Amino acid sequence: MPADTPRTPPRVSATFDRATIAEIQRAAATGIYDIRGGGAKRRLPHFDDLLFLGASMSRYPLEGYRERCGTDVVLGTRHAKTPIEIRIPITIAGMSFGALSGNAKEALGRGATIAGTSTTTGDGGMTEEERGHSRSLIYQYLPSRYGMNLRDLRRCDAIEIVIGQGAKPGGGGMLLGQKITDRVAAMRDLPPGIDQRSACRHPDWTGPDDLEIKIEELRELTGWEKPIFVKIGASRPYYDVALAVKAGADVVVLDGMQGGTAATQEVFIEHVGLPTLAAIRPAVRALQELGMHRRVQLVVSGGIRSGADVAKALALGADAVSIGTAALIALGDNAPALEAEYQALGTTAGAYDDWHEGRDPAGITTQDPALAARLDPVLGGRRLANYLAVMTMEAQAIARACGKSHLHNLEPEDMVALTMEAAAMTQLPLAGTDWYPGKAPG
Amino acid sequence: MTAATVIDLDVATVRDLNARLQALGRDSNLGPVHVRHPRGRHALAVGVSAPVDILLDGPVGYYAGGMNDGARIVIDGNAATGVAENMMAGLVRVRGDASQSAGATAHGGLLVIEGNAGARCGISLKGADIVVGGSVGHMSAFMAQSGTLVVCGDAGEALGDSLYEARLFVRGAVRSLGADCEEKPMGAAERALVAALLDRAGMAAIDAASFRCFGSARRLYHFHVDNAQAY
Amino acid sequence: MCGIAGLFLKSPALEGSLGALLAGMLDVLAGRGPDSTGFAIYGDEAAAPGMAAGDARVRLTLRGLAGADAPGLTRAVAAGLEGGDADLVLRDDHAVLLVPEAQEAAARALIARVAPSARVVASGRRIELYKGVGLPAEVATRFDLAAMRGTHAIGHTRMATESAVTVAAAHPFSTGPDQCLVHNGSLSNHNALRRTLRREGLAFETENDTEVAAGYLTWRMRQGMTLEAALAAALDDLDGFYTFVVATRTGFGVLRDPIACKPAVMAETGDYVAFASEYRALAGLPGIEAARLFEPDAARVYVWERAA
Repeated sequence: MPADTPRTPPRVSATFDRATIAEIQRAAATGIYDIRGGGAKRRLPHFDDLLFLGASMSRYPLEGYRERCGTDVVLGTRHAKTPIEIRIPITIAGMSFGALSGNAKEALGRGATIAGTSTTTGDGGMTEEERGHSRSLIYQYLPSRYGMNLRDLRRCDAIEIVIGQGAKPGGGGMLLGQKITDRVAAMRDLPPGIDQRSACRHPDWTGPDDLEIKIEELRELTGWEKPIFVKIGASRPYYDVALAVKAGADVVVLDGMQGGTAATQEVFIEHVGLPTLAAIRPAVRALQELGMHRRVQLVVSGGIRSGADVAKALALGADAVSIGTAALIALGDNAPALEAEYQALGTTAGAYDDWHEGRDPAGITTQDPALAARLDPVLGGRRLANYLAVMTMEAQAIARACGKSHLHNLEPEDMVALTMEAAAMTQLPLAGTDWYPGKAPG
Repeated sequence: MTAATVIDLDVATVRDLNARLQALGRDSNLGPVHVRHPRGRHALAVGVSAPVDILLDGPVGYYAGGMNDGARIVIDGNAATGVAENMMAGLVRVRGDASQSAGATAHGGLLVIEGNAGARCGISLKGADIVVGGSVGHMSAFMAQSGTLVVCGDAGEALGDSLYEARLFVRGAVRSLGADCEEKPMGAAERALVAALLDRAGMAAIDAASFRCFGSARRLYHFHVDNAQAY
Repeated sequence: MCGIAGLFLKSPALEGSLGALLAGMLDVLAGRGPDSTGFAIYGDEAAAPGMAAGDARVRLTLRGLAGADAPGLTRAVAAGLEGGDADLVLRDDHAVLLVPEAQEAAARALIARVAPSARVVASGRRIELYKGVGLPAEVATRFDLAAMRGTHAIGHTRMATESAVTVAAAHPFSTGPDQCLVHNGSLSNHNALRRTLRREGLAFETENDTEVAAGYLTWRMRQGMTLEAALAAALDDLDGFYTFVVATRTGFGVLRDPIACKPAVMAETGDYVAFASEYRALAGLPGIEAARLFEPDAARVYVWERAA
């Protein structure tokens, strides 16, 4: 055959693409499913598929930097004697000590406090670092009840009952042993170094009717002072939000599938749950139908990155948003300066997600003392505060352009959708039309 | 003998009761508190830190003695779901039966159930001790991390599933063991542990040597594909 | 997600108080189910004067009759039936129509014509079934539950999970003669099972998981199974979480799934067997202090039967 005869070039299957083949090979070699941190990485309909209209002649904008655009929000006004007052509608999501280093938890507390917002514990109990440096600290109440005790329950500012998270609604978990150091193990009453398995249901209640009784107990334990949040992973948000309200929640936290996790099966992260964008409208509808919109506050999380995302979530009906992954990036996660070290771990800056392995060069998702010492909690806190300030200013810029003197006055009608998918999910009109899929004619 | 303080729940609210009990400091020397007419109400005597004697005079609802932190609570009747859940310290004694998830995630103190306990007794136990005079239901001591469960009667299916370092003692029949739970030798130290707990539970007449001991086989402590069916 | 109450009398002495006792039990369970309330109550077998031994009248519980003209409706049905034997008792927007058992089909056809808004929600010699949106105290008052008598009854307070807050989706569900069921929990395979049962000829009115469970038991009993056997079969075929209380003309059954997360507490005395989601609902029953209290085991069928 002559050398210049055209040949069929190697063709990679769309079904069995390189990543798929590599995963089959990896599974066959190791016999364990792929576990990683972070949230869904596939492309999903998201806030990028929405646009604000801005003011022009039919609406008048506010003057940037001069005319006030409020950002404060109060969480937990329904039943609690002492609701949480935060200056910006962006809170820090629950991430455990164990998943994160003590320094990282402290940095989150410092940053949130500078910004005037709250931070949240995680599946591992409350550390002194975060309590000491957090103005408002939300204490998560999880199926494992690791580190759950009466003292911390009474020194938190709100209690968040975690039913699910966006990365894995319906799932428990398994955290491999590398990160179960002596301190983490002691806080969780576990032997050090072993794989920690987490249950998917709470040990002493199942379902909203029993949740109502659990909430009553938590209120009795804390003198009806603290707001009770209920966190759900986005799967059936219309029903779940309604049930959380019926069970007595003060605040509902709704986490979409872009929301991160410290360690979960890749298959769970990528194939279970709803995108954040798709979850908000049904959640808000449930609150509206119950007459509870803005009375039971809705906090949305999962892939919030910028002030635009904040503004869009609020315009769709959320009262606040929560960030996790973005906060870690602000602290220094996946920093390009660490590229050589990421390469050594077989990855690259911007793609590192093996948070469960505890070898994070940025010192954030680790319990290795030498690595953890790399993160200066004061500096990290400052970086987080800067980022929160930028997001807030961005959201204000958009709100002022829409003529709003408070972020909470953003409305769905201030936006349009860029794609059919986003239009269908949000019931916002496709840009340039007055139509969305499913809208009745006329 | 101090006269008992009587709180009648046909008159006072649960909030009144708990507020009063929670206001007592750890150095409280208040005499016994007699709570009348509990009638299955929920969240009775939760989060009490004072070393006070509390009698709940009849059947109680969910989470009685929840997060108890030093009180000595006697329930003269049956207890519903989650009695003494997440107890930190002290004593909760149920004179009747307890429903599911008795002593769930309890960190410290002693829970005594004179009758039977339902499913998931001692689930995710984190250091407390539980003595059950009768039998326990299925999935008891599921994921129990530390502490001791002593069962004078029988145990239901899947005892000690996914067990960590809690120790389980059963005198009667065990319907089945859960994943990673196995029988361990009953030595002198184990007999002494059981005898001491039975003594504290007021059941010293039962022979500690008649119990069998169960603990974690620790095969799930580090993932291996051949154990995948056990997860 | 719900509260359940059931009361099965052994002693005729309490039959006059059955409705009042059930009303008290349901009221306590309002928190578990604030959306709607329903109950089924089993009265005496009704024979009309002049009926042959062994013949009985059937009770058809009708819903959707708010503001109906009861005497007019009775006359219209009676006029259309052979023998002209029909009685109708109106209770709020429900009614119970009594006709000879042999003429049930004819009576149903007549109802569809003369009262097209009405739906037959239960039928049988003994069962009457009432449900409405609202808290148990309101619903019980609307139907005057406290004045009802009978041999056994089950009731339900509903916190709607995935189907609408409507009367149709309220429990109990009755899918066969003198049969009904209430449920606390959430089934996970009801959609596929509903399709199977539809192919088997059962009709379903809602998307509610509980109606599928009721229909499943009806299907099994139609195949000749006893209530006990049908419940045992349900353990294999129904997936998810459930505590069921079921009633038949003479029977009373309880079943919990193998995981048994949803609460259940029972009390038995010489006079009755009682079921509730929480002990609080049993606390007002006569002689409760001396009752044998127990929790039904997971995956174990409990059935009580009384003489027909």
